[in-house]
Amino acid sequence: MLLPNVLGFLLFLLLPVLATFAISFSDWNLTDSFQWRGVDNYKELFEDKVFGQVFKNTFVFTLVSVPIGIALSLVLAVFLNQKLRFVRFYRAAFFIPVISSMVAVSVIWQWIYNPEYGLLNYALSWFGIDGPAWLTSPRWAMPAVIITSIWKSLGFNMLIFLAGLQSISDSYYEAADIDGAKWYSKFARITVPLLSPTTFFVTVMSFINSFQVFDTVYLMTQGGPARSTSVMVYYVFQNAFQYFRMGYASAMAYVLFFIVMIVTFIQFWRQKKWSVY
Amino acid sequence: MNRRTWARPAAHLVLLAGSILMLFPFLWSIGTSLKGMNEVFTYPPKWFGEELKFANYVHMTERFPFFRFFFNTVKITAIVVALQLVSSSMAGFVFARLRFPFRDGLFGIYLATLMVPAQVTMIPTFLLMKYYGLLDTHLSLILPGIVSAFGTFLLRQFFSTIPVALEEAARIDGCTPFGIYWRIFVPLSKPALATLGIFIMLGTWNDFINPLVFLSSMNKMTLTLGLANMQGLYSTDWPALMAATVITILPILIVFLAAQDLFVRGVTLSGLKGE
Repeated sequence: MLLPNVLGFLLFLLLPVLATFAISFSDWNLTDSFQWRGVDNYKELFEDKVFGQVFKNTFVFTLVSVPIGIALSLVLAVFLNQKLRFVRFYRAAFFIPVISSMVAVSVIWQWIYNPEYGLLNYALSWFGIDGPAWLTSPRWAMPAVIITSIWKSLGFNMLIFLAGLQSISDSYYEAADIDGAKWYSKFARITVPLLSPTTFFVTVMSFINSFQVFDTVYLMTQGGPARSTSVMVYYVFQNAFQYFRMGYASAMAYVLFFIVMIVTFIQFWRQKKWSVY
Repeated sequence: MNRRTWARPAAHLVLLAGSILMLFPFLWSIGTSLKGMNEVFTYPPKWFGEELKFANYVHMTERFPFFRFFFNTVKITAIVVALQLVSSSMAGFVFARLRFPFRDGLFGIYLATLMVPAQVTMIPTFLLMKYYGLLDTHLSLILPGIVSAFGTFLLRQFFSTIPVALEEAARIDGCTPFGIYWRIFVPLSKPALATLGIFIMLGTWNDFINPLVFLSSMNKMTLTLGLANMQGLYSTDWPALMAATVITILPILIVFLAAQDLFVRGVTLSGLKGE
């Protein structure tokens, strides 16, 4: 009963993980004969200006989209947690972007970002703002990609926060009401601390997902203009499947793996610490 | 008490504004998909054109084999959901209930691969498929989709909560381990299986990078890859592109609206890992 699963696991998970590690020390390009390069691929990564740029872009994308996305989804979840009518409608509305394919979402947003006929610049024109050529401007392409990504994942984080909020006992709030606490002090002193394990989990998951962003960038900007939206997975993809530098791409994939691993270990460590709640 | 008077209207206002921001791009794409070519490029933009051109949906399928893409996607998704549920639940049962040497060590390795980014396994998998001549076949998407460390982990955790007393009675009556799995564990885990099934379906239906890497000929493509290709070739034919977009989203949307609670439970379940 275990056999099919274990075979598949070895063949498509464990073996590839090890193989990528081995390939990352070679110069394999699919056609020529295979030669070991030692740690040269990793050395090259440090000297590759494009990789430096791509690494920076990935961090910028993550460090901007994760905090904004979390703050917005937390506020929405707090509003949604008030036993309102139409909760099912709101929940569905925020969740529809989550279930939609990123390809479809990218097509829709490209049309919204269209500099001449797009909805966004039209809306900005009501306020007398002459909107930029979002996706073809080196300055605005990254913000555009970030806005779309936040829009897409908002509903997912909101639902996890909602589940976290519902697990906080009403008695804390009742006690605070008796003491005459204002809503903002209840939020800061009860909601935020008691929700911190959920917040931390959402942060870690968002961080890991943001680090692996690909579809949005591939579809909306092809990493451009002038590499302004190239992120790590996009560069891995280019090296592996466009330049056929399997060794170099594997080394890059391992750097990504390493970062995700560190973040995951921090998550485990904090989880233990927070078991008091 | 003063708070009650404004808190709910304020919440409704914020949530309604947010919902409009979430839904408007979709409604806008439906409007655009029904416009004439020249009506798309009008300023200021209008939601709908003069008349609703449902023919755009027909034109789209004439230029691109969208029925084929649709069929391919349904086929791959259905097979992956079925096989992954079977393989994950069987392995989950074995890890939860049967004893054998190195069981916990093996499960530990499964757990460790949960944090491996998909890009790490993609290059060797590509080479493997190339070696066995499976590139540009649906098998290259189906085979790696059968096994999931996450699915195995999720169901193992669920199975661990089922009382041992239930299977002991069955074992005394001479039931085999497979019988216990099939007659006791599977029926008791229908909600968990449904939740996992929905997750697998979402992931497979919306997957883009795997079809992009493994498939190349037009008649093999999935909806997401077909849509991306269409966009590359007809980047200005917005009505046809939007029609294709609507067709890509619609089936998942219908499933979601029909089983909203199951989706919500699934997300909550994945959130619980953090606590």
